Amino acid sequence: MKIHEYQAKELLRKYGVVTPRGIPCFSVDEAVKAAEQLGGSIWVVKAQIHAGGRGKGGGVKLARSIHEVQQHAGEILGMQLVTHQTGPEGQNVRRLLIEEGADIKKEYYVAALTDRATQSVAIMASSEGGMDIEEVAHNTPEKIIKVFVDPLVGLTDAQATELAKGIGVPDASIDKAVDTFKKLYTCYMETDASLAEINPLILEGNGNIKALDAKFNFDSNALFRHPDIVAFRDLDEEDPAEIEASKFDLAYISLDGNIGCLVNGAGLAMATMDTIKLYGAEPANFLDVGGGATTEKVTEAFKIMLKNPKVKGILVNIFGGIMRCDTIAAGVVAAAREVHLAVPLVVRMKGTNEDLGKQILKDSGLPIIAADTMAEAAEKIVAAVK
Amino acid sequence: MSILINKDTKVITQGITGKTGMFHTSKCREYANGANCFVAGVNPKKAGEDFEGVPIYATVKEAKEAQGATVSVIYVPPAGAAAAIWEAAEADLDLAICITEGIPVRDMLMVRNKMKAKVAAGGKETLLLGPNCPGLITPDEIKIGIMPGHIHKKGRIGVVSRSGTLTYEAVAQLTEIGLGQSSAVGIGGDPINGLKHIDVMRMFNDDPDTDAVIMIGEIGGPDEAEAAQWCKANMKKPIVGFIAGVTAPAGKRMGHAGALISGGADTADAKLAIMEECGFTVTRNPSEMAKLLKAML
Repeated sequence: MKIHEYQAKELLRKYGVVTPRGIPCFSVDEAVKAAEQLGGSIWVVKAQIHAGGRGKGGGVKLARSIHEVQQHAGEILGMQLVTHQTGPEGQNVRRLLIEEGADIKKEYYVAALTDRATQSVAIMASSEGGMDIEEVAHNTPEKIIKVFVDPLVGLTDAQATELAKGIGVPDASIDKAVDTFKKLYTCYMETDASLAEINPLILEGNGNIKALDAKFNFDSNALFRHPDIVAFRDLDEEDPAEIEASKFDLAYISLDGNIGCLVNGAGLAMATMDTIKLYGAEPANFLDVGGGATTEKVTEAFKIMLKNPKVKGILVNIFGGIMRCDTIAAGVVAAAREVHLAVPLVVRMKGTNEDLGKQILKDSGLPIIAADTMAEAAEKIVAAVK
Repeated sequence: MSILINKDTKVITQGITGKTGMFHTSKCREYANGANCFVAGVNPKKAGEDFEGVPIYATVKEAKEAQGATVSVIYVPPAGAAAAIWEAAEADLDLAICITEGIPVRDMLMVRNKMKAKVAAGGKETLLLGPNCPGLITPDEIKIGIMPGHIHKKGRIGVVSRSGTLTYEAVAQLTEIGLGQSSAVGIGGDPINGLKHIDVMRMFNDDPDTDAVIMIGEIGGPDEAEAAQWCKANMKKPIVGFIAGVTAPAGKRMGHAGALISGGADTADAKLAIMEECGFTVTRNPSEMAKLLKAML
């Protein structure tokens, strides 16, 4: 689960990381009041959407007067902000962060994430702050310094100092950087984050270290123990189809193609999508109905897939293990009837009670195309939508 | 022979009194020698009771001592599953198989490091399979986990995969064309897990009763590439490889917590290329895994 920048900074402050003072706003009036409340002579008006790259897309602007705050807030609120992470349609800006200006002397990068290979927490830092870290990793990998933290021990002073020195923090500010890194690590662990990134982390003229922008991702498996973080969830930033699917415990991801697929198991679902591509079409979605699919779940899955106007055909691929093919077949028939299915449907079933399942599909009188293998199913649905 | 388990393995079920634990213990006991293999269950609140004649103990340690078990299978719900894994490790079992899906990554991170620290301090190593896996099976001998037993056939092909249903797909293809399996192993879809592809490939390489292997992976993480490099230098048996997720977009979690492209090196295309370089026969068509393997024997 992702959160907004202002929420990420709220979390960081809770753990003692220094950030600029700022106030989240939902209207131009609120933005003006926020700027007045913050005081000073320079403010930053920042669009709050979950995607990165907001600055380049025109979603972050400097204001040198209250009038400019008002002007920028008016322009940014409600705009369709297009960044490299939003897709061409962009994301509607509904929230702003008004922040005091900062005296930036140098920009750094630091992030915490779980490293699968070493089964530890990696803290990555770089002297190249404010840039896309993937670009830095690609062009100048030597400018990224990594330490691997044993979670039984935590981030040590020695490791944090290695990072601070490695990215060139001046001697007078090393202690402050070390302190920030340790707090970031604690915040990462205690909130069950899967990514905690401060970019840029800045050195101010007075030697202070501050988090100027921050991005968090959380492990959805651990949200049950973080009601405070769940409260940060902004449904406006998520795909409505994915939200709807999650209500029925379905794992659904929207994609760009025109063939809807309904599969049990994440690996088999990806393999089915790949097979569709292999036969010359593109999948419209990833959909894993899981191990315990009921008629209700299958029906909801059909409804969600069909809400996508691009869908020209559906492929159902079920490997019946504990879940029996006849149960799924009954679910598919009921769903097809309930939604008055008007696009071609290919069903491939394998495993437990396969014959019973096929008979149910046949007896339904519905124009369901049967297939024996994943490849045959993909070939048939691709042909049917052409 | 087979890898990790056989008809004489004695198994403890942790979480035997939950709905999933009961259902699958029953199914596993019905399969091949299962009735003799599943010898104990654990639930601290129901010690002294039994499930279908299988005695229930308060702790893994007690169950192990009373029944001589060396392996446990875990169906404990996500919030308590990592603690259950640690209990199996503390009891010095040989192998813990964790079926549970949805364990917080931090919990897995802590328990994996505790297990490693225990071994580093001279303690016994308990292997972990999973979590979020279907388990493993040695056909006609024993099944530990949630896979459908009837699609398997005893034979000489090894199968290893992160995905449950994709393992079943490979097994069913093999069985259909007359190739049985020595063992089929699901290592699970989580980012922090126990046995990896490389570990299972090593075991298949050493197993005199395995002639060839189907290795199935998916997007996310470095494991398949690491296994491929190892196989290039060491594996003496033919391998068919498939990676799911060529069509998966970057940055989106595809069902499995571990199925997430995070850089350029863990896409399906990148992994397929490395596997091919390392001598695997790779396919982009998952319906052809068994057919390709047969052609190599």
